[in-house]
Amino acid sequence: MSNATINRQWTTRLRKRVEGVLPPEKLLPDTQPSYVASWIYVFGVATLAALGLVTLSGLVLALKGPTWWHVSNVGHFVNSVHLWSVEVFFFSMVIHLWGKFFMAAWRGNRSLTWITGGVTFMASIGTAFTGYVSQTNFDSQWIATQAKDGINSTGAGAYFNVLDLGQMLMWHITLLPLAAIALTGLHVILVRKRGVVPPFADEVSA
Amino acid sequence: MQPSHLAGIVNLDHPGHYIHFHWLLISYGNAIVIALMMATFVAALFLPFPGARRKGHHHE
Ligand code: HEM
Repeated sequence: MSNATINRQWTTRLRKRVEGVLPPEKLLPDTQPSYVASWIYVFGVATLAALGLVTLSGLVLALKGPTWWHVSNVGHFVNSVHLWSVEVFFFSMVIHLWGKFFMAAWRGNRSLTWITGGVTFMASIGTAFTGYVSQTNFDSQWIATQAKDGINSTGAGAYFNVLDLGQMLMWHITLLPLAAIALTGLHVILVRKRGVVPPFADEVSA
Repeated sequence: MQPSHLAGIVNLDHPGHYIHFHWLLISYGNAIVIALMMATFVAALFLPFPGARRKGHHHE
């Protein structure tokens, strides 16, 4: 094959593009600028770690099902790990969001990082909500019957029926987590691609 | 639902407690979590980070 032919292949073109945009030393760097040595930068990674634990405990819950998590001690424990890692997830995410807001971390071509973060927040809220109505207990029944009126008043109830446990469970354990995890991946890749935003004072010299 | 051990310490068998101030209505649970997030945010800004160099000594 001639060089020209090789250079035209989509595999070659894609590889060169990825190498250009995100070389390995940018994807997995060994050092960070000195201003990153602050607790406020820990909350993005804390959110990521909590999301990992949410996903793992959720997978175990899916494996065994509601008759297990309602009646056995181990089931209760995994259910609690799932709930409390969600609490840590949102707690850290909100502090992360506040931090990035006051840093105006969308500066320097980073608007898509901010936007993917914001959309991930929305997807996470949807995931949490469908989770509440998927518990299969009196709490979830109460929440669903309260929520249906609000959602029906918008007309969305025809497509998104909070009283339909099957639909809510599917949204909770496939569609919305897939969206949240994919968006998080994109978010972190964008952070790596652009590098951490310099503080206001250093912006001119950086 | 089985009673957990924690339920023995914290009695949850009553209607929720709410802060009601004019138009503002928020459960104690939510208000406490928001206060904790604010406290953690402020702490993250001011607590020294292990291994960080002092401010005003940039050498890059
Ligand atoms: C699933 C939720 C999220 C995860 C796992 C996550 C994770 C991360 C991580 C690991 C970083 C790099 C380290 C750091 O600066 O903390 C980061 C940076 C960033 N995040 Fe998030 N994030 C999430 C949600 C959000 C939200 C809701 C926003 C705001 C709407 C946001 C805005 C940003 C911005 C603008 C940066 C770039 C900071 C810079 O370039 O210096 N993120 N995120």
